Amino acid sequence: MRGLGRYALAAYSVIALVFLFIPIAYTVAFSFNDSRRSNIVWRGFTLDNWTSVCQAQGVCEAFGNSILIGVVATVLATAMGTAIAIALVRYRFRFRAATTLLLFLPMATPEVVLGAGLAAEFLTAGVPKGIGTIILAHTMFCISFVVVTVRARVAGLDPALEEAGRDLYASPSQVWWRVTFPLLLPGIVAAAMLSFALSFDDFIITNFNSGAETTFPKYIYTAAARGIPAEANVIASAVFLLALVIVVTAQLGRAARKRRMARS
Amino acid sequence: MAFGAFLQAPAPGVAAAADPAPRRRSKVALLLLLPGVLYLAVFFLAPLVSLVMTSFQEPVEFGDIGQYQTAFRWENYLAVVETYAPHIFRSFSYAALATALALVFSYPLAYFIGVKLRQAPFLQSLALVLVVAPFFISFLLRTLAWKQMFADEGWLVGALQTVQLLPDGAHLTGTPFSVVFGLTYNFIPFMTLPIYASLERLDLRYLEAADDLYAKRSTAFWRITIPLSLPGIVSGTLLTFIPAAGDYINASRDFLGSTETAMVGNVIEANFLVLQNYPAAASLSILLMAAILVLVSAYVVRSGTKDLL
Repeated sequence: MRGLGRYALAAYSVIALVFLFIPIAYTVAFSFNDSRRSNIVWRGFTLDNWTSVCQAQGVCEAFGNSILIGVVATVLATAMGTAIAIALVRYRFRFRAATTLLLFLPMATPEVVLGAGLAAEFLTAGVPKGIGTIILAHTMFCISFVVVTVRARVAGLDPALEEAGRDLYASPSQVWWRVTFPLLLPGIVAAAMLSFALSFDDFIITNFNSGAETTFPKYIYTAAARGIPAEANVIASAVFLLALVIVVTAQLGRAARKRRMARS
Repeated sequence: MAFGAFLQAPAPGVAAAADPAPRRRSKVALLLLLPGVLYLAVFFLAPLVSLVMTSFQEPVEFGDIGQYQTAFRWENYLAVVETYAPHIFRSFSYAALATALALVFSYPLAYFIGVKLRQAPFLQSLALVLVVAPFFISFLLRTLAWKQMFADEGWLVGALQTVQLLPDGAHLTGTPFSVVFGLTYNFIPFMTLPIYASLERLDLRYLEAADDLYAKRSTAFWRITIPLSLPGIVSGTLLTFIPAAGDYINASRDFLGSTETAMVGNVIEANFLVLQNYPAAASLSILLMAAILVLVSAYVVRSGTKDLL
């Protein structure tokens, strides 16, 4: 009975993982569809969509905008978020509870409220919407996620290592660049990747603050009514494969470390 | 989309406890905090204030569409509740249903990955990658993929009609079913990852002790495994419920919904971006946020988990 139960759980998990994968497989498969105008019915295999991605009007421009916005918002959010994470772990200060709440609230607020709020503010202040307002919006919602991610890394950092650096007459900036920063780097990189992913795939907040500018998700949303060109599937599939390679490499390293630790 | 946080960090419930006691008081702290805190004040808090102000505005007399002036028209709230009560109700019931379904779907999967696969780090990593894989491909395209699979001329509708599960002429897309399905699917990883994070640390010796004391396996599950994974369940349900209640992609006409499934997010979008009825969009946003904050605090207090960040 026990054995059977274990196999049932394993079988369920495999089916569940396959289920999660269905729309991904669908999207990748339809990037190879010989679709011509509407990419809804399968009409045969072709590589044309992959070799001439930018043929669909506006899709590459939207993709370029998304990359630009993602990179700038990630740099800004990672810098500010990392600083906050260090302050939260290392220092005592007044209004600590208020700061924590301020960081938690954006994650607990529905995106539609964040988007409408910023749009109302830009409207009142007379700020024209465009790439700039999208970057401002994305940086805002990425900060909290950076803090959560980096904070764990700072908490796990042994302060004795920095003390050792100071004992050996390293200047504060040397301690930061030679000891603290390299040790925090994996956490900072993870936070930056998370920020970029959040920014790149965001639609709801973008839609409220983009004006006439298009990002990749907004392009898909607008095109959804008349049919998504296969070129959009190509871009999404290429991004997917790239992200998968990065994460699989990172996870393989993690598994290897875990095994080494288990052995020793 | 908080997968990085959950793979890297301890479960959100215990993250704060892991911090060593902060030691120093210094001006450096202020310098580190200031840019980010100011940024959030300007681009998170100020917009909320601006939303509250907008929600009380009144139309400019003889003005164009979309022209409003500062006022204290609290009746705006009455008007939106009267007009959009079904949408508000729908948002919360769809979100609650999707959260419950995602929990039922995710718990066994998270248990398998976090407990049963402990002996196989490679398979465990692979399974985790598969759970987060949907995040790497556009949310909108995934939702559209389901729409196309559920289409009237698709094989699924045909198959269901052949076995008489679906009456002839009935649809799958544009129904509450497809919207709740889409919400559930899209937020499953948000549920699975935090539950996995708490189950991964579950000390199996507690279960052995229960077994030694002649507890039935079901008793051990309900009295040990579930309580110890509660922080993960709480984070998972919040990470699913909050975005699901405000979502307007799944319920949108061009995706899995129809006008009969419109949720509060759809109405906020339409009022803000199409009808330019900013006060209506703003008062709905404030109501949505207030309702979510009340529900979330009640839930967090009841479940006894305090630190979420």
